[in-house]
Amino acid sequence: MSPIDLSQHPPFIYPDYKSSVSRGPLQSPIDLVGLTNQRESGERSGSLVNRFSVGKLDHDLIRNGQQGGLPLGERMVVSGCVVNQWGKPEAGVLVEAWQANASGRYAHRVDQHDAPIDPNFLGVGRCVTDRDGNYRFYTIKPGAYPWKNHPNAWRPQHIHFSLIGETIADRLVTQMYFPGDPLLEYDPIFSAVPANARERLISNFDLGITEADFALGYRFDIVLAGINATPVENDLDEGGHN
Amino acid sequence: MKATLPLTPSQTVGPFFTIAMSNCENEGRLSSPVGNEISGMGEPVILVGRVFDGEQNMVPDALIEIFQADAAGSFTNPDFLGFARSHTGNNTDGYYLLKTIKPGATGSSAAPYISAIVYMRGLLTHVYTRIYFSDEIDANAEDAILAQIDDGRRDTLIAQRNDSDGVVTYEFNIHMQGDKETVFFSI
Repeated sequence: MSPIDLSQHPPFIYPDYKSSVSRGPLQSPIDLVGLTNQRESGERSGSLVNRFSVGKLDHDLIRNGQQGGLPLGERMVVSGCVVNQWGKPEAGVLVEAWQANASGRYAHRVDQHDAPIDPNFLGVGRCVTDRDGNYRFYTIKPGAYPWKNHPNAWRPQHIHFSLIGETIADRLVTQMYFPGDPLLEYDPIFSAVPANARERLISNFDLGITEADFALGYRFDIVLAGINATPVENDLDEGGHN
Repeated sequence: MKATLPLTPSQTVGPFFTIAMSNCENEGRLSSPVGNEISGMGEPVILVGRVFDGEQNMVPDALIEIFQADAAGSFTNPDFLGFARSHTGNNTDGYYLLKTIKPGATGSSAAPYISAIVYMRGLLTHVYTRIYFSDEIDANAEDAILAQIDDGRRDTLIAQRNDSDGVVTYEFNIHMQGDKETVFFSI
C-alpha cells in the first residue's frame, strides 16, 4: 500500500501566498506506511460515515439564516457527487460548507471588510451524502472580497467545503470556485494547486440542476481518497506478484 | 488495479471556518454536529495546546481534529465515536481544548496515541500528527513508530501530563517550523 497521493494538492510553502511561508511545515512528512502495518493504523481505521446528524434546514442556506426576511443575492443550487478514487460513490459523508454573503462579507467577528452584513444570511450549511453519494445545497452566490496578501488582492468568489468520509485518511478541506471568474488567475491560493489539477476546483454551470423560476444550478463533484475502498483484488494481485 | 480518478485538491481552511465548525460562534444557531468532546468508558482527560508558526507567534486561527481508539484499543466499537475538533480562537491565550478519554493501545502500536489533524489559514493542505502520552514511558520506549523517529524530534509527539485537583490534563503544542517543528506524517 502507498501513502495518499499528495501530488494533487498544493505544496506546504507557496511564497505568493504569504502566510504559507511561516505556517507550512519545512520538514518532509514521515511516511507512516513505511513504518507500520496500515491495516491496523488509526489513520486508516474505523468508520466516520453516517456518524453525524444534521438539522432539517442545515443544507438550505437561503432559509437557515433568516431573521424575518430573505437573504439578498443570486440564488443557487450547488450539487454534486462524492466518489472515491476508484469511482465508487461515497454515502454517509458529512459535507460542511461556509461562505461570504452576496456582498463578500462573512458572518464572522474577525471579518472587517467594509461590505454590508446580511442579517438573513449566515453562510453556513451542512448535509450528508445520500446512498448514491450525492449532496445538495441551496444558497446565495458569494461575493468576491479584498484581502491583504498583496496590493489590490481579491479572493475569487468561492464556497469552502469540508468532507468527513470513511476514515481520517479521506479528510478533505477545499474551496469551490466559479467558471469564468477573472480573479482566479490572480489568486495565489487557487494557483498553489498544481496546474493540471486546478480545473477540478471550478464548478460547472448545469441547466439540469438549475431549478426553473428559482435558482441557478452549479455542479461540483468531489473525489476523496477512499483509502479503505482499495479493491480486494488489488491486494491479492500485489501479494501474488511480489 | 490503478485508481482511475485524480483527487480533488486541498485548499486552506481560511480564517473564517469557525462559523461552520464551532458551536461558540453564531449564538448557537446551526450548531455543528462535531463537538470538542469524545465520551466513553475510560479515564477522562483534557487535551490542550497551542499552535506556533515559524516566527514562534501563536496561531489564533488553527483547527485541530482528533481521532482515537476507545479505552480498549478498538477503532470499530459502534458505541464509541472517537472524533472531535477544537480550535485556537476560543480564548485570547490561543489554546485549543478537547475533552476525551485516554485510548488503549492498539494492535499495531505498543503505545496508546491519538491521531491529530491540523488546519489553519496559511496551510494549503492539512497535516497529520500523533499525540503520545508522557506517562507511558515503558510503552513509548517499545513503540515501533516512535522508535523510528530521530531522537531530537521524538519529544514533539509526546503530550505532557499534568494532574491537578483530580483532573488529568495533557498539553500538546504544535510547532509548524523551527527547532521544535512537530513531526508530521504522510498516511
